[in-house]
Amino acid sequence: MTIQTPFEPSARGVPAVESASRLPVRAGLGLKPQHFAEIVATWPDLGFFEIHAENYLVAGGPFHHTLSRIRDRYPLSIHGVGLSIGAEGPLDIAHLDRLAALLDRYQPQSFSEHLAWSTHGGAFFNDLLPLPYDPITLTRVCDHIDQTQEHLRRRILLENPATYVEFAASTMDEATFITEIVRRTGCGLLLDANNAYVSGVNHRRDPQTYIAALPLSEVGEIHLAGFAEDRDAAGAPLLIDTHGAAIAAAVWELYAFALDRLGPTPTLIERDNDIPPLPVLLAEAQCAEQWIEDVQRHRTETMA
Amino acid sequence: MSDQRLFAAALLDPVAPCPAGLTAWNGSDPARRFAVYRNNVVVSLIDALADTFPVTLELVGDEFFRAMAGVFVRTAPPKSALLAEYGEGFPAFIERFEPARSVPYLADVARLEMLRVRAFHAADADPVTPDRVARALADPEQLPALRVTCHPSLSVLSSRYAIVSLWAAHQGVGDLACVNPAIPESALVIRAGREVQVVALPPGGEVLTARLADGLTLGEAAGLAAASAGPDFDLAANLALLLRFGAFSSFSLPAEPCQ
Repeated sequence: MTIQTPFEPSARGVPAVESASRLPVRAGLGLKPQHFAEIVATWPDLGFFEIHAENYLVAGGPFHHTLSRIRDRYPLSIHGVGLSIGAEGPLDIAHLDRLAALLDRYQPQSFSEHLAWSTHGGAFFNDLLPLPYDPITLTRVCDHIDQTQEHLRRRILLENPATYVEFAASTMDEATFITEIVRRTGCGLLLDANNAYVSGVNHRRDPQTYIAALPLSEVGEIHLAGFAEDRDAAGAPLLIDTHGAAIAAAVWELYAFALDRLGPTPTLIERDNDIPPLPVLLAEAQCAEQWIEDVQRHRTETMA
Repeated sequence: MSDQRLFAAALLDPVAPCPAGLTAWNGSDPARRFAVYRNNVVVSLIDALADTFPVTLELVGDEFFRAMAGVFVRTAPPKSALLAEYGEGFPAFIERFEPARSVPYLADVARLEMLRVRAFHAADADPVTPDRVARALADPEQLPALRVTCHPSLSVLSSRYAIVSLWAAHQGVGDLACVNPAIPESALVIRAGREVQVVALPPGGEVLTARLADGLTLGEAAGLAAASAGPDFDLAANLALLLRFGAFSSFSLPAEPCQ
């Protein structure tokens, strides 16, 4: 099945009807239990929060209690990290059912997942593993996205990956592969600027050329995060997508490049490791909002 | 063998060769790049276990814990993406893990920590109201026929070791040096409000609570508890403790089946 729903770029704070993302065009933060108490005590001025779905697939307790309170005040993005859309095996229907129940409970403005696999033979690897870009994989990924969108009765956003290896079996580049997925399934895109940068360095491709080749009109959200630096066997830089550091200057630059082409877009600051105090992350969110406002103002001036 | 099967097998086997068919733009050995995935998988799953078993970690130290958890991760990776459930098999693994033999209570402390995580995420329920308790106590003749529904987060754990005192000493309650680990203790694990509570049960409390949770009447459960604990069993003390920590979410008596 293919869902044909036109994606309308949204103006600031005004969600586009029928789009895969109804998040406000502002900056948001990943919700971390370390910050629960401060958030409910201070209710920071923020566009939205994003959660990892799998952390909330539990029956009750403080996570749901706090999320319910936060959901009453903020738009919400639910980000899946365990559906394994790229897996060779079938999708886990029980997992899809649990996701559907979570989406039903919290009515998020956006649901996203990854172009990756994380399960095989009944084991879950807790990492986003890479795929060859060939016709067989393309068909399988599209089938799984179709099934996901049918099961969840909504368009999803698919996130571009950060990868460390490439496959001899690949017959197309990543942007072509993703463009074809979007064309066939009607899903939207979550543009992770850090992943685009990390993969660009790791595979020596120009991240701007890569972003420009994606179907940018379908982008419903941007992710920004920090990386760590390593070296490959030949001593070339190998960047690791750790979500454990401040956003690098090069990623902010790439973000500005993307915003310039996309227009104002909901943007998430992702931090999952070495989590700093909330104000540090709020400052990064503020910085993203500044960029969003700049591009908005620039567009208004150009039109006037 | 499928490509992902080979990739998956090599992720968990530190001496397996790098899967075939991987490339790098500069022709460098892809094994070094593949090692990033191998490291991400094993380290993130060890981290997940460290989150669930912090006292177990403190008891043996970071280095020992991570080495032990690494062996577990490679032999028993998670079966689902719900990492809060990961580690159900870890205590039994610890029990069989030869290098941990010198800390005989380690597996039971790990069992206690797994129950804490389960209680933390368990379904919510309100404890029986004081008014309801008062009405049940108002007719002592009916009490032996009382049945209860336990709070969804409730569990009990009996150990040959002082698991509650050991655990509490790592929360800054009591001095670890003063804990004799060889004294048997039974733990009640419960989260009636926001916080998970770990409480030492009086003699017979484990049997009483477990049998009530099984659906036996108070009279039947108390009889079994008294048989197991002997004259040390104090029904009133046990019930007072269970009520104080919100162990019951409903009462039913034969005369009032609708309650």
